[in-house]
Amino acid sequence: MLDLDMGKYAAFVWPAYGVSALTLIGMVVLSLRRSAHWRKRAEQLRGEDERP
Amino acid sequence: MFSALANPQRFMSFSRWAAPLLGAAAAVLIAVGLYLGFTAPEDYQQGDTVRIMFIHVPAAWMGMFVYACLGGASFFGLVFRHSLADAAARACAPLGAAFTALALVTGSLWGRPMWGAWWVWDARLTSVLVLFLFYLGYLALQAAIEDEAKADRASAILALVGLVNLPVIHWSVVWWNSLHQGESIFTRSGPLMSAVYLWPLAIMGLGYTLLFGSLWLVRTRAEVWRRRARAAAIRAAG
Repeated sequence: MLDLDMGKYAAFVWPAYGVSALTLIGMVVLSLRRSAHWRKRAEQLRGEDERP
Repeated sequence: MFSALANPQRFMSFSRWAAPLLGAAAAVLIAVGLYLGFTAPEDYQQGDTVRIMFIHVPAAWMGMFVYACLGGASFFGLVFRHSLADAAARACAPLGAAFTALALVTGSLWGRPMWGAWWVWDARLTSVLVLFLFYLGYLALQAAIEDEAKADRASAILALVGLVNLPVIHWSVVWWNSLHQGESIFTRSGPLMSAVYLWPLAIMGLGYTLLFGSLWLVRTRAEVWRRRARAAAIRAAG
């Protein structure tokens, strides 16, 4: 059974999980955005490059 | 496998399916690890703060593991002048810095209720802080040098120098009197902790590792595209 009552340590446990969740989600979002941005840019420039 | 993936075309076609696969596996493992972590009993000494271990220890492992990857990629980039190795090294650094920062912050949130202090200048904590500073130094050096080839070379040398810090972090709890807990998993007599804590910790550790693997591939792909865009822009300008 899930135990989500952290009692007197709630002020330490939940911020630790909160900052971890934010950081991991942030890493995923920023990495995907960076990848999508440069892929689009590379394809745009290649299109311009190949234009006669 | 490494020599096959050194070909950028082969790397791009491999990472196209490997990155989402690793990411999905990481999400499943982290979900299972969290479930097991929050169903484990409170520790008799540390109470509920023991649950911080399931996110603190994997983050600390990753801080060191990612640096080893950064050092390996930097070595190949420096010695063989391989552009994919340079791209992989660049992709590592922000991820490693984030994991190390997480280890420091979650460690501090664990230390305050257990040690009575947010921070102590202990050998383990200080050597991990030095690791974080190496990551920041690497990123700063990359940003400061305009010529990319020179930036890659200079930051690779810095990354290789920083490898010396990894054994210092690992053995710090043995070499010096430390407030930090000593090695309790990879000991000669086997893990010293109960299976109810070891399983969620191992699963979270594997989940973090696969997450890094996935994001490393995503960021290396981004770096390959960035270099292609740059090359196309230079051709267009010239």
